[in-house]
Amino acid sequence: MLSDALLVARKDLLIEMRSKVLTTQLLPFGMIVLILFGFGLSPDRTVPTGVANESRPLLAQVAPGLFWLAVFFSALLAFSRAFAIEASDGNLDALRLTGLDPAGIFLGKAAAIALELFVLEIVLGAGSFLLYAPELNDPILLAVTVVSTTLAVALAGTLYAALASGMRVRDTLVPLLALPALSPVLLGASVATEAALFGPSSDGWMWAGLLGAFALLYTGAGILAFGRVLEES
Amino acid sequence: MLESSPSPVVQLTGAVSLLGRFPALAGADLAIDAGEIALLEGPNGAGKSTLLRLCAGLAPLNQGSGAVLGHDLSRRVARRALRREVGLLSHATALYDELTVEQNVVFWSKANGTIVADVEPAMQALGLAGRLRTVPVSGLSAGQRRRTSMAILVCRRPRLWLLDEPHAGLDAAGRDLIDDLIRRAVTAGATVMLASHEADRANDLATMHVSVVGGHTSVEGRSC
Repeated sequence: MLSDALLVARKDLLIEMRSKVLTTQLLPFGMIVLILFGFGLSPDRTVPTGVANESRPLLAQVAPGLFWLAVFFSALLAFSRAFAIEASDGNLDALRLTGLDPAGIFLGKAAAIALELFVLEIVLGAGSFLLYAPELNDPILLAVTVVSTTLAVALAGTLYAALASGMRVRDTLVPLLALPALSPVLLGASVATEAALFGPSSDGWMWAGLLGAFALLYTGAGILAFGRVLEES
Repeated sequence: MLESSPSPVVQLTGAVSLLGRFPALAGADLAIDAGEIALLEGPNGAGKSTLLRLCAGLAPLNQGSGAVLGHDLSRRVARRALRREVGLLSHATALYDELTVEQNVVFWSKANGTIVADVEPAMQALGLAGRLRTVPVSGLSAGQRRRTSMAILVCRRPRLWLLDEPHAGLDAAGRDLIDDLIRRAVTAGATVMLASHEADRANDLATMHVSVVGGHTSVEGRSC
């Protein structure tokens, strides 16, 4: 299963490197979303921090949620793209005819998406610090939150994109399927990131643990269900 | 992989296969022995492609009975096992546009669990070993794409070759090459089902003629 996953992940990453979709579409799209959020919210407004007489800029306060929304919207493009390359020219049938373990295909595709998202998050994260200037209270919690959220998003997105891959309306169906299912991840990621940036960290670790559990849940669901999903798509 | 089976390689009785609600195969009866080259003849939409997909374990058997290479088509697990033993060349070439010819052949060979050492001879046999090797598939002509798909099929060494219009898009030399590969595969013990509108060329190859009309099949004749 793991060797199949590696084969599929390498192939998908090679295709993405050649097509340059990450650098020419995902990254610019994510940055545009991030900047537009900044325009939508007044940069000069401040909000109280909860500590007497202390306030911080509104943009810094909402930076975690805006960052993750930008990542989620960009991730939708990556999900659709991962199965668009299989849906064209009969590749999905050819995959069914191979001896590849469906669980390996699932893990490989999710790993390739996760790697793309990590690159996206590094760039958008730098952009967020530059545009919104939040603080950084607990870098370890931030790193754990980013890793567990990315895995959860990539695994769940791969499964829903596969479900929609056989349909003509797959491009519009993927957001409808994935976004509601990922809303708990968005909530958890935003709260954990907020705790990592502004503290206290103890609130964030619980959410980071939940994000890890969500990733494990979708790993199990994908390994068990992907064969059937591939068959029906 | 190229051992011959004592029973018919393909055995269908009243086989019905639905595309949505439409019976693309509406009660097909067919028996093909090992080593045959069965030419499927019939107009567009007659059910030839569905018959090939059914024999590949990709289309469902909704009614009737069927076995291919000893695998019961009515059982999901058996259909999955069958898929590893057949090779399907359909209208689609199943190639990744962004990858080069060599990267495509190597990827599919590894995915098919075939011997990677077979890649180079197959690419040479199909005329892909020269400057085409490093060309992305998006830059290939239709005929060159067809040759690349055929190289992948050759590496796969299937027991049953399922070819849907294999000559499409090829020049005369390419068509001769495909015919030669088909004959060599049969000599090595494989069986071939072939749908082609290239009547003259396909007739020369075929040892068995199967008419497919309106989702029904009938054997029109066999040649020695």
